[in-house]
Amino acid sequence: MNPRRRRLGFILAAAGVLSALFLPLSSEAVATLSAQPLLLALTLAAALLFAASAWTGGSRSIALGFAGVLCAAATTLVLLRDPGIGGSAAAGFWAMVLAVWLGAGLCVVELASQRPRGDGARRALNLAVPLLFGAVVFYLWEVLVRGFGVPPVLMPSPSAAAIRFVSSLPILGQDFVQTFVRGVLIGYIIGCGAGLLVAIVAQRFSFLGRGLLPLGNFFSALPLVGVAPIMVMWFGFDWPSKAAVVALVTFFPMLVNALAGLSASGHMERDLMRSYGADHRQTLMKLDLPAALPFIFNALKINATLALIGAIVAEFFGTPTQGIGFRISTEAGRMAIDMVWAEIALAAIAGMAFYGLVALAERATTFWHPSYRT
Amino acid sequence: MTSSTFALPASAAGALRHHPLVVRYAPIVTIVLALIAIWYVAAVMMNLSLVRGGFEREETPYTVSELIAGTMSAERPLLPAPHQVIAAFVDSVFGYAPTAPRSLVYHSTVTLSATLLGFVLGALFGIGLALMIVHSRVLEKSLLPWIICSQMVPILALAPIFIVVLGAIGLQGLLPKSIISAYLCFFPITIGMVKGFTAPDPMQLDLMRTWSATPRQVLAKLRWPAAVPYLFASLKVAITISLIGAIVAELPTGAEAGIGARLLAGSYYGQTIQIWAALLASAVLASGLIGLVDMTERVVGLQMGARP
Repeated sequence: MNPRRRRLGFILAAAGVLSALFLPLSSEAVATLSAQPLLLALTLAAALLFAASAWTGGSRSIALGFAGVLCAAATTLVLLRDPGIGGSAAAGFWAMVLAVWLGAGLCVVELASQRPRGDGARRALNLAVPLLFGAVVFYLWEVLVRGFGVPPVLMPSPSAAAIRFVSSLPILGQDFVQTFVRGVLIGYIIGCGAGLLVAIVAQRFSFLGRGLLPLGNFFSALPLVGVAPIMVMWFGFDWPSKAAVVALVTFFPMLVNALAGLSASGHMERDLMRSYGADHRQTLMKLDLPAALPFIFNALKINATLALIGAIVAEFFGTPTQGIGFRISTEAGRMAIDMVWAEIALAAIAGMAFYGLVALAERATTFWHPSYRT
Repeated sequence: MTSSTFALPASAAGALRHHPLVVRYAPIVTIVLALIAIWYVAAVMMNLSLVRGGFEREETPYTVSELIAGTMSAERPLLPAPHQVIAAFVDSVFGYAPTAPRSLVYHSTVTLSATLLGFVLGALFGIGLALMIVHSRVLEKSLLPWIICSQMVPILALAPIFIVVLGAIGLQGLLPKSIISAYLCFFPITIGMVKGFTAPDPMQLDLMRTWSATPRQVLAKLRWPAAVPYLFASLKVAITISLIGAIVAELPTGAEAGIGARLLAGSYYGQTIQIWAALLASAVLASGLIGLVDMTERVVGLQMGARP
């Protein structure tokens, strides 16, 4: 980025922070910043840090700017605790928020344009940039919701959802066990296992394979979650019906991918196995299955997301009184949106952890694959 | 097969067996027939106790054939036989005026309009986002990881909140559903298009630079044509997701029309045949939509000079 533009940006940010000292903080009568020594110190520190980062360059400028962002953001968050400001914030407050946004944006841009030499530094940078970006988004969400006083029925602030998350951990734990451990995991194992077994059989008999591949492609494109009401009717309200939906939804992607993977080994390797006099089982275990692993893991990763979606949707059709999907639909009906967001955070964490575990297992077992070579 | 073997000389039968159409479709047809047979057997077995209970309650004597016929024509079977589903499907498609609330055509158009609107919104948003990501290193570093992360989150779980939130600010009907569809289907398009826009290799980009092409010209003449195959691959994924999104968006809100509402009503009142008919309708819709994208791909490919 153009250094002159960067300097101008940081000066603007410093000016924004300083203007909060003079502009009204709220449309109601509240204590000004200069009346609160701690906040005054933080504000001045933020302005100084922004100004300092405007006149330095490189990584020092990023560090100074980042410290300024932290000071200014802390000031706005403390200000929001004043009931006179939350919901009726005015120009001074928003000038500070804009300064935080500008400063953080400049830091992210500068950070993204760094090209560190070391491997570890590069990896840290690739992690730091999106994390910083996410933190800015959450900060803006929090400040906007509370500054404008958006009713919590419409959109709760992230902090409210986080407090609700922590205070209702036992309920969330129950829901997690009901939906994830019982519904998703059991169904996932059944569906993926069955898909893999059928693929192995279909590879043995090519007639079956040629018939199953187009059908499997067709079925994996259908909105299969629609069978949820039927499964609820067959297997009852409890977790077996959810596991059945999950098994059905995960079966076809696994079948299609495993079929493609099992025919991935080349002619040379096959001929080699034949020259060793390997029988079908040996060829399968030593050649075809290992060669199919990347495809199988691809299906496992697709299915990790599909499985959670299937289980949650199946819960919309009837559950015992627990489970993520049940809680989302009832709490949304009761307008307890912060609880809904807490459940979504739970589902998101569970989904990412599940996906991450599958990806780790993939790394451990397919390290030989060209895509991991550097 | 056997009858044709008898009717034809041996060489002709062999030729028939190796005819490309037979080689291609014989396995599919066999497996479909086998699945239908399994379905019939399952229908008989699952509905047996239900029908037997009915006969015993009325204390009428019954034979095995009557019992089996009963399992095929029960009004609320556990598993309806295929011909019942097809009869219900045909009846609710052609039996009512297309605007009647009992017509599947009516429900399908409601879902289809939400799907298509959501698909168009999602595709435009996804392509726009991909364009921004390709042209800005900052966005690529900061936004792309979040987009990839969000693929691992069960986004469908957000559907009820969206409906509630959008309903609270006065949006109802088609738009909230299509926003959910759009929200679900823009991810694969963004990911696919980022891959597509970065598909041209450095040599080609260097060539564009030697011609001193502006970024817009590079986009129009090199990146965009290179991205077209990726575009259609991701559109095919996106349109099914969009349909699923529209159906699921109808579930938690008690929508009155649409395939999802039909599923929900069927599950409330135990109308199994209605559920299966609605599922069949969604399958027809899904394959029709994919076929449409497929056809567009072929036409665009021919226009761009692809060899058929």
